[in-house]
This record gives sequence, C-alpha cells and structure tokens, in this order.
Amino acid sequence: MSNPFKQTRKRPGEWIMEWSIRLVASASIVMIFLILLFVMREAATLFVSAEATTEATSTPSAGSNMEPESYNPDAPAEAAASEPDVYNPEAEDPTTTQQQGEPGAPGQFIYASKNPKYPEIYNPDTGLLPEDIDVVAEDQAEVDTTRKTSVLSKLTGDQWQPVGDVPKFGVKPLLIGTLKTTTIAILIGAPLGILAALYVAFFAKRRVREVVKPAIELLAGFPSVVIGFFCLVTVASFIQDITGAPYRLNAVVGGIGLALAVIPIVFSIAEDALSAVPKTLREASLALGSTEWQTAYRVMLPAAAPGVFAAVLLGIGRAFGETMIAIMATGNAPLSSFSPLEPARTVAATIGSEMGEVVWGSEHYGVLFFMGVLLFVFSFGLNAVTELYVKKRLIKKFQGQ
Amino acid sequence: MQTSTSSMPLPKRLIGFFAVTIALTAAVAVLGIILGMVGSFVSNGGGGVTWTFLSEFPRNNNTEGGIWPALAGTTLLVLLMTILGVPVGTATAIYLTEFAKQDSWFARSVRFAVNTLAGVPSIVFGLFGVGFFIQFMGNGIDGWLGTSSFGDGSLLWSAATLAVLTLPVVIVAVEEALRAVPRDLREASLALGATRWQTIVKVVVPNAVTGILTGSILAVGRGAGEVAAILFVGVTYSSESIPSAVTEKFMHLGYHLFVLSTQSPDVDLTLPLQYATTLVLLGLTFLLNLTAILIRSRLRKR
Repeated sequence: MSNPFKQTRKRPGEWIMEWSIRLVASASIVMIFLILLFVMREAATLFVSAEATTEATSTPSAGSNMEPESYNPDAPAEAAASEPDVYNPEAEDPTTTQQQGEPGAPGQFIYASKNPKYPEIYNPDTGLLPEDIDVVAEDQAEVDTTRKTSVLSKLTGDQWQPVGDVPKFGVKPLLIGTLKTTTIAILIGAPLGILAALYVAFFAKRRVREVVKPAIELLAGFPSVVIGFFCLVTVASFIQDITGAPYRLNAVVGGIGLALAVIPIVFSIAEDALSAVPKTLREASLALGSTEWQTAYRVMLPAAAPGVFAAVLLGIGRAFGETMIAIMATGNAPLSSFSPLEPARTVAATIGSEMGEVVWGSEHYGVLFFMGVLLFVFSFGLNAVTELYVKKRLIKKFQGQ
Repeated sequence: MQTSTSSMPLPKRLIGFFAVTIALTAAVAVLGIILGMVGSFVSNGGGGVTWTFLSEFPRNNNTEGGIWPALAGTTLLVLLMTILGVPVGTATAIYLTEFAKQDSWFARSVRFAVNTLAGVPSIVFGLFGVGFFIQFMGNGIDGWLGTSSFGDGSLLWSAATLAVLTLPVVIVAVEEALRAVPRDLREASLALGATRWQTIVKVVVPNAVTGILTGSILAVGRGAGEVAAILFVGVTYSSESIPSAVTEKFMHLGYHLFVLSTQSPDVDLTLPLQYATTLVLLGLTFLLNLTAILIRSRLRKR
C-alpha cells in the first residue's frame, strides 16, 4: 500500500524519524546475518585453532575427563587395562546415574526411567551405551592419531561420544535419529493436518468451521515442554502398552510428540492455501456435475498443491528443529538404528542437552555450534524453497495457467 | 450444494462417503488429541493449583512447595522481552505497510528475512544468545565498563534472545492490524494537509493499537512457553529470590517443568507438582492466545 500522495516537502524531524524507521525495519535482515555470523564464529574454533581446542577439550572438571592428558600413547595396553574402572557398565545403572547427577546439579541431565529394567539413560559423563564398551579399549591405541585427524573426519564418524577419553563427534547417529523422528512426525502429522484442513475448508458448515479452526490453531500455542511432558507421562505408557516396546521412550513416542507440533503448522498453511483457490474453479467443477468430494479431492486439492507442499516443508522444518519435545520424549540414545521402537537422539536435542554442561570454547562446544549452523542452514534452505519456488508457482497457477 | 449423488453407481458413492469421512475423522482426531491433553492436565493437576502453590518458593530440591519464583521470573522475562522486541517489530510493520514500495528489493528482503526468522529452530536462537549476546556483547560490555556481570547468562540476555525470536510474531500481527486501517482515513488526513509522518503517528497507529496489543500478547504467549532458546542464556533450576536486576539469573515456568519431569531424582514423587505446573503454564499461554484470537477476529470483522 505505497502512498499515492507523493510528499514533496518534509520537515527535518520527520525525515529523521522516517529514516530511523527504515533503519529499524532492517533489523530482521541484520538479525539473520548476525545469527549466521555468530553461530558460525563460535563453531569456527573447530576449524581455525585445532591445537588450542585440544587443550580446552580436556579441561572438563569431572575426574574421568582429565584422563586424556595422562594417556601414554606408548602404553596402550596399560590404558586399556585401566579402562574398566572408568567405563564401568554399572554407570548405566539408574541408581548410579542419579548419584552422579546430584539432584538439580546445574546442567546435569538425568534421564531417569520409571522402569529400572529398561533405563532410557544416556549418561552424559561417559557418553556410552552398554554395547559401546568393548570398543573403547581398541580406541586407546588411536588416541594420538585421532587427535590429529581433521575435524571433518571426526564429524563423519559413526559414534557420538562427546565426553570420554577419546571424544567422538560422529554426527551420523544424530542424523539418523533426526531423520527417524522427523519422518515419523511427518507421516503422522502431515496427513492429519492436510485432511483436517480439507474438512474445515470444504466440508464443514460455517458454524462448525468457526469453532474447529481456532481450536486447532490453539494447539500451535501449546508450549513444546507441555507437549513433551504429555508424551513423557501419557503417550509413552500408551505406546509401550500397545507395542510392547522394550524402551519406554523411543522414536515413535518422540515422533508423535513432534507430530503434535507439526499438525497446527501444516493445518493452518494448508487451510490458507485451500481457501485461496478461486471460487470459480469450485463452481465450474460443480457445474459440470461432479460432487462435493470429487471437487474437493480432484480439483481443489491439486489446485492448492504448491501451498500444501509448502505446508509440509514448513512442517518438516518445525519437526527437525524442535528441541524440548525431542529431549523429553525420544529417549536420547545416539544409536545408529533405524528401528522406530528404539530410542533416538536428534541434532537439536543434542545441542539442547549438552550445551549446558560443555566447557565454553572447547572442541565439543565448537561441534555443538557447528550443528547449530547445520540446523540454521537447513531451515533457511527450506524457507527459501517455499518462498521463492512454491509461492511463484502458486501465483502462476491462479493467475496465468 | 447437494448434487445428484443418488444417480451415481454405488461404489462411487461409497468412495465419496469414505472421502468425506476420512477428512472428518482427521479433524475429529486432532480435536480429540487436544481435548485429551487438556483433559489429562486438568484432571491430574487441577487439585494441585492452589494459592499456596502459586505463592510459595519450591522447597526440598524442588520436590515440595510452589512455583512463585518461576512464575515471577517468567513474568519479568516476557515484560523485558516485550519492551525490547515490540517497538522494533512495530517499526518494521509500519515500514512494510506505510513506507515500502511493495516490489522494492529492500521490502522484499525484509519480508523474506521475517519469514526466515520465523522458521529458524528455537535452539539456534539459544546458540545465538550464547554467541552474540553473552560472548560478544556481554563480554564486550564487561571489558568496556570493567564489570563482570554481563558476560554470563542473565534475564537481560534471555529477554533479548526471546525478543529476536518473537520478532516475526509481532511484525505479522501489527502488519495485519495496520492493513486493516481503512485507506479513507489516511487519505482524509493527507487531504487536510497533514504530512505522511503526522498521518502515521496521529491516525494510523492509534487506529491499530489493538493490533499492536494482539502482537504483543501473541509474542508474550510464545515467549512464556519457550524453553529451548533460553536453556543456556540465563535460566536456572533453583533460585532463592526473585531477580532484582536484569543481570541476575531467573527461574522459568517451562524450564521448571522440564527440570521436574526429567532431571529430578524421583520423577514419580513430584508428578502432582509437574501436572500442576503444566496446568499453570498451559493456562497462561492459553489465556494469552485466546485473548489474541478474540481481538483478532473482532478486528477482521471490522
């Protein structure tokens, strides 16, 4: 709505005010750059000063973490022998873990299980799952070489053990976990959101629509901790009852939680797109003798397809970036397993749960920021695709054909 | 708009019935989940929300007592966030509706940036808070003033982080309100000899006050429930007092719930507290969102 009345004379005070408004308006653009710049700046410690970060990595105060400095590369056998003390399988026992993380110790994350038989515990101090233990001994021989290998080869490893004698920053299990939970969330959330939007846009009577639409949009206002809590206490038990899954918290529970976050987004964008389809299309279809449902599914839905596609893309963006639901409901074990009934650990949840206990400036810190850059770039890409590609197609579809 | 369905062959009618039913089922399922969630919180936590629960400090490692500091911390946080974020959001919205030529590259980039900002995962804002506000600005201020209180997580930096996070919410809401101000009003004002700036300050903005209010309320609702972005920017699990300076750490309702439900030594023991906290948090955001939706629907009718 640009002003048609060209202002020729301006008072100096007003001129200043108008330009300061313009300046403030650029804040969003500036913020995008600042986010990228400063998240990258913190991640850059990884790539720039490899030697400095090696120093920092070994500073965590917890006793076992001091080990790396004392490791003698000439005596791998000795190191291996001392292992059992440090990597005590017992550490996976819920009771031990609870002692370590004294109630409310800052930054300590205890994923206490209600069922001691199946602890969904990922111990941040050892970063180990039971099956990893035997692998560690072999790794000791590589202490020296691992330290010197490039950052990239570290990141592409198969294991995520950020706090250990040989920290491993393989993001593969985290990517698998993210993929797993996001896929489940979209498989559940997208159809529900789109079909509900279809119902509200075409089949519901006006009075029903005026209740249903704001009700579903209210779900968007649910804080993600609340959804996470609901999954933790209610959905997890329900899923375990019907599937008999060995782990109470797993990718399905997390996926359902993420789906609850995805549904309102998919719903409102898809509903917008469906309502934006010109009335003439609908009337033409009905005039040709097709029924309401034929019109809805064969005319309106295809016409709004780019918008619906955008809804799904933004839903994906929400699902992979969601942190609290993922921390609370997925079980948080960095497994490289594609099984939906096993726990998963997403990239966002890893940042959320480990950032609090990491030494600022350390290698681990840099890796977490690097994953932040990945999340940012991915969400930026998704948004760019929806903005530049999908919207253009939508406009073309409705105006040109 | 019923067409002659009865003239169709039976299989087609069945498909039609199925097609409508499946859409209806999806809508009902979503509503059912929402009602089930709210119902479970109300029935399990309803009894726990008492005056003492709201007004007491937590005791005994968060296993007894109330949520007063969390409630107060959340309130202070969103107030500070509103002060920092709403003026910027409003100014951006004014620029987009009143000044910008819609197809200029600058207006388009602002719009693109706003949409992008809305899609950035909240955990990335948390990292940004650490990298920019604490490490860069906080340490910078400390080095400059010789203090040591800014280079750590605090109420101020959390509020600043949330202000950036909620910026798109404010911009979209205010922009919608500004667009709802009739063009006639602007033209009448200009015709009477007012300058563009006078028109904006004296005619457009006063008419869009409800919209600015809606934007602020929506932002507050979003900020009150946001945990991931402030996880490492100043929130704390336990506090002896209500923060008295912006450089202090604070408790937060959402984070309190997170701590109670995942980091407490005995999760079952505090389950009633968790439900009650959930109910308070949800009630708060629910009320805020409902208010915004109601104001908005009134605005749209006008």
